[in-house]
Amino acid sequence: MTTGSADPVEAVGVAPAADPGFLQRYGATIEYILIPGAALVGALATFGLFVALFGKNPLDLYFYMYQGAFGTWFSWQNTLTRAAPLILTALCTALPAQLGMVIIGGEGALLIGALSATSVALAMPWASPLVVQTAMVCAGVIGGGLWITLAGALRQYRGVNETISSLLLVYIGLAVLNHLVEGAMRDPASLNKPSTREIGAANMIGSIPGTDVHWGLAFGLVAAFASYILIYHTVFGFSARVAGGNIRAAKIVGLGVNKLILTICFLAGGAAGIAGMVEVAAVQGRTNANLAAGYGFTGILVAFLARHNPLAIIPVAILLGGISASGGLLQRRLGLPDASVLVLQGIIFVFVLASDALYGRIGFLKGKS
Amino acid sequence: MEFGRISRRHLLQGGAALTLGTAFGAGAARAAGTTIGFVYVGSRDDYGYNQAHAQGAAALKKLPGLKVIEEEKVPETDAVEKTIESMINLDGASLLFPTSFGYYNPHVIKMAKKFPKLRFEHCGGLWSDKDPTNAGSYFGYIDEAQYISGIVAGYSTKSGKLGFVAAKPIPQVLRNINAFTLGARLANPKATTQVIFTGDWSMPVKEAEATNSLIDQGVDVLTCHVDGPKTMVENAARRGAMVCGYHVNQSPLAPKAYLTGAEWNWEALYPKFVKMIAAGETIPNFYRGGLKEEIVKCSPYGEAVSAEARKHADDIKAKLVAGNYTIFKGPIMDNKGNAVITSGTDRGQTDPELEKMNYLVEGVLGATS
Repeated sequence: MTTGSADPVEAVGVAPAADPGFLQRYGATIEYILIPGAALVGALATFGLFVALFGKNPLDLYFYMYQGAFGTWFSWQNTLTRAAPLILTALCTALPAQLGMVIIGGEGALLIGALSATSVALAMPWASPLVVQTAMVCAGVIGGGLWITLAGALRQYRGVNETISSLLLVYIGLAVLNHLVEGAMRDPASLNKPSTREIGAANMIGSIPGTDVHWGLAFGLVAAFASYILIYHTVFGFSARVAGGNIRAAKIVGLGVNKLILTICFLAGGAAGIAGMVEVAAVQGRTNANLAAGYGFTGILVAFLARHNPLAIIPVAILLGGISASGGLLQRRLGLPDASVLVLQGIIFVFVLASDALYGRIGFLKGKS
Repeated sequence: MEFGRISRRHLLQGGAALTLGTAFGAGAARAAGTTIGFVYVGSRDDYGYNQAHAQGAAALKKLPGLKVIEEEKVPETDAVEKTIESMINLDGASLLFPTSFGYYNPHVIKMAKKFPKLRFEHCGGLWSDKDPTNAGSYFGYIDEAQYISGIVAGYSTKSGKLGFVAAKPIPQVLRNINAFTLGARLANPKATTQVIFTGDWSMPVKEAEATNSLIDQGVDVLTCHVDGPKTMVENAARRGAMVCGYHVNQSPLAPKAYLTGAEWNWEALYPKFVKMIAAGETIPNFYRGGLKEEIVKCSPYGEAVSAEARKHADDIKAKLVAGNYTIFKGPIMDNKGNAVITSGTDRGQTDPELEKMNYLVEGVLGATS
């Protein structure tokens, strides 16, 4: 029995007919924007309910979140500063994901990158700032890169699960950092806060002119765009995605899978290593235990929310940077505990993961042929 | 164009903050209508370091005309700079208490330079004359209170074995361990203190393991120097051992097992600071004191403390309050047999040599590295 034009099936059947070419071409892209967007709205609404249970007005909540994250020029800078390291550490998870690997050790690569960068800066006190800074970037990339390459090599040559090994390498990295900072590299003047000597004010990379946002943001944007081009517009990236889709097929067609995996791991670790270098050269000025601030772990969340797309990482990192920037205002104005921000991050994560099931199932976006 | 509008609004806000700052700097009744910002590195109900500061903040909330805003779990990265700026820009804070030791260099220094009209009071005793004069760093000689705890512990132990769960072998921690042991040996010359370093400020699992392992070795009175003594106190009490607290009064966690404890007295110091500002007095940039200056205090004795112990401890406390008692009075040997303070040398509380302490005194079982 027919229900006329209200029949959803018929309505869906009609819509693509209006402009099948457009939807066929852009349907998937629209999905990529629409579904995470809806998941985000759903998560925010759920968080509003959660906050209402504590007797706070959800509208106040949304207002303060907006104000703290994007409401003023200061808030924007706050958000972007927090987003900068997240873009880089998210790449550490997103790049290996192209090959089907789950690397969650960005924090370790960040620490080792920071330690390497500090070491070279301290080893060349005679050099001009530009030389020192260039050497620090290289050292950060190499240090962080080799750290994650280690996880990749363990997987390819020894059959060790890369998720576990990269996570354990975080703790080894932290132990190495603490060992050196409290021992061989310790500045004798850092009595109660063991730290290395300072790299010197002249060697600091400072902020992007006209803002308070440090250069880490520029590094992040460049790395994200470069990764996007590498993955989607080069033969190397295509090979990586083929290997990620089906590793046996990749081997059969003669792709050097080992080389692909090690290279991608190196680049991934290198990105997180730059984040560590930036923390030293733009923020802390030296290496100490403060560097283990969890950027590497938040980066995992960013990468998964962005579905491992290097370009999508940028807005997602800004979103999470904004949430953490507004977290302070929620504590101060609404008296919410700090953990409420973690609750929101968790809710967003669950909604985005659950929304994965919707891809390819939204009828009107299917370009029927 | 949207940015332009935000920029202008921000300028207006910046102007307002500046006016507020000027009013704060010049007006006579400066404390009235002042907003005070507190930043904590952990959660403010940790029964430890951060709760001690939150109790100080709570004391300020009771004073008329003050607005106190708080933010917890702010890491020692540029996040603390952004939190401080956010408190200034969005809430108009003009007096800031960034309370964690690791906030000072470079973050508090940077903010004090950026906002020269506002006042920054940091906990840690790190100010030096190179630093901005609108920044101050205060700290307390809490080893005096640890010394009193040691006396009580020396009387209370049956096995003569005391335990100390410590974070890192840095001068402040070593000084507490040594003062505790010297106090205990005043009461019981054969007492020993077994120390276990957990490696970091907040390691609940390691703290629990250390507590259990100390008790397994026959230790029957424990104390600690970690950020949150809750784990040690609860685990020790459950195992039937007695405890001396640290940072705040933990007797609600273990009413039977709690002997006494070394507490911060920020609820006395912070109102004092605000009154000094209101009266137009300058707070010394480097501000320190012990029991005499009421910056530290001892927890009230628990019911298990004998009359003899109370009398001895009260006696020494009275001498410390009167300012005519030296804890680090030669001869003092370290636990490797070297004379670290020679006979006839008195190292009074303000002696800078004590700030560099790198040894454990005779009677401590353990090593600094």
